[in-house]
Amino acid sequence: MNRVVITGMGIYSCIGKNQEEVRQSLYRGASGIGLDPARKEYGYRSALTGILERPDIKGLLDRKKRMGLSEQGQYAYVATLEAFREAGIDEAYLQENEVGILYGNDSSAEPVIHAVDIIREKRNTALVGSGSIFQSMNSTVTMNLSVIFKLRGLSFTVSGACASGSHAIGMGYFLIRSGMQECMVCGGAQEVNMYSVGSFDGLSAFSLREDEPAKASRPFDKNRDGLVPSGGAATLILESYASAKRRGARILGEVAGYGFSSNGDHLSVPNVDGPRRSLEMAIRDSGLGIKDIRYINAHATSTQIGDLNEAKALLHVLGGARPYVTSTKSMTGHEMWMAGASEVVYSMLMMQNGFIAPHLNFEEPDEASALLHIPVQTVEKEFDAFLSNSFGFGGTNSTLIIKKFHH
Amino acid sequence: MANTELIEKINRKLSEEFETDIELIRPDAPLMQTLELDSLDLVDMVVLVEQHFGLTLKAQDFASIKTFQDFYDFIDSHVNDAN
Repeated sequence: MNRVVITGMGIYSCIGKNQEEVRQSLYRGASGIGLDPARKEYGYRSALTGILERPDIKGLLDRKKRMGLSEQGQYAYVATLEAFREAGIDEAYLQENEVGILYGNDSSAEPVIHAVDIIREKRNTALVGSGSIFQSMNSTVTMNLSVIFKLRGLSFTVSGACASGSHAIGMGYFLIRSGMQECMVCGGAQEVNMYSVGSFDGLSAFSLREDEPAKASRPFDKNRDGLVPSGGAATLILESYASAKRRGARILGEVAGYGFSSNGDHLSVPNVDGPRRSLEMAIRDSGLGIKDIRYINAHATSTQIGDLNEAKALLHVLGGARPYVTSTKSMTGHEMWMAGASEVVYSMLMMQNGFIAPHLNFEEPDEASALLHIPVQTVEKEFDAFLSNSFGFGGTNSTLIIKKFHH
Repeated sequence: MANTELIEKINRKLSEEFETDIELIRPDAPLMQTLELDSLDLVDMVVLVEQHFGLTLKAQDFASIKTFQDFYDFIDSHVNDAN
């Protein structure tokens, strides 16, 4: 079986528009959360959201290539540009090799709603314009990036709710490990507009701490009152070690393990058993001992039951081990379809730079989080392996383990 | 015959929408090739004509148009019909 390494990363999120900006935000513990006042005009319970501006891609892509790009597709394009650049993969390489793409995405609400608004008003479907269909489909990110970058390998979208980005990396890892693909673009993208989260707001899932946006996302804190929706995009270039070596690429890390499970239980209420099995599978797959994993990037979104059950699952699997555990969602909010990929990028940046970002707003633990080793200040710490959890609606769970590459 | 004001407006809107140098838009120049239009772009032409000229057309309505002059005349006649 092939070893699977990471040779490029790209990130566009509410805490930075590229790796360097994000690294600085992580180190400082900067929050990317703010308010979108328009949501209140439409009756939303919460106006809290990750704040990020849309990238200016007009100078980067011609009209035909921009027409089909949805909001999250634009984020994904910019993140993928950064990742390809770091990996040293150019257009000529992509034309001569079969590079694939698996990206996590599970909605594209804004273009759908715009189109329906036009059809209702004008009674003329042509007036939605040519780009609407390509922006509206769940596969909008992979179909557009495949064409823009002229990719010739496997291309489809992974829709696994808030584990989409993580599963995309896990599936890419499987394909490269088995030899079916040599190089894959893997990632996750999430639109950040009020249309995409209206029904989620309706479930009373979002924090109402609007008077203190930076304190609203407080995973594992006893007084958490819900998540803060957010988004952007994150890309990783995965390839076989043989491919990276042949190209002379700089190897940033190695995908060591992937685990998954489903709860087979409730649409929105998570349990302990599913995440526990996902964790155990990933650790088994990695061949690492639990004590080799010195940092865990938790899924913890700042909901009462989700954080509690994840903490219980972690405690069960950790036994006596006490790795640092944080949720970067305390800074970014919940990046949903993107989160599984972005949190690997965040954790990679920490591992490369020898620190663990502070877990914001952890002021009072609950009975389970009190037993976890959660740093509230930046920790200067070299570590060789981390684990990243992602769980989604429907009880889909994904766990990735990434380690430093050693020959 | 389309008047100068209408022609200038058409040229400006086509140049903006299809990101084409306005200097390339001349009465006898071929419309599809100059604007690099494909079948998808004709749908956006329908949107452009509706938004800026108030005309409700179908992509097929553009089938007989070869040059920009044809396009000016086409829009002019429909604008006049609409009036």
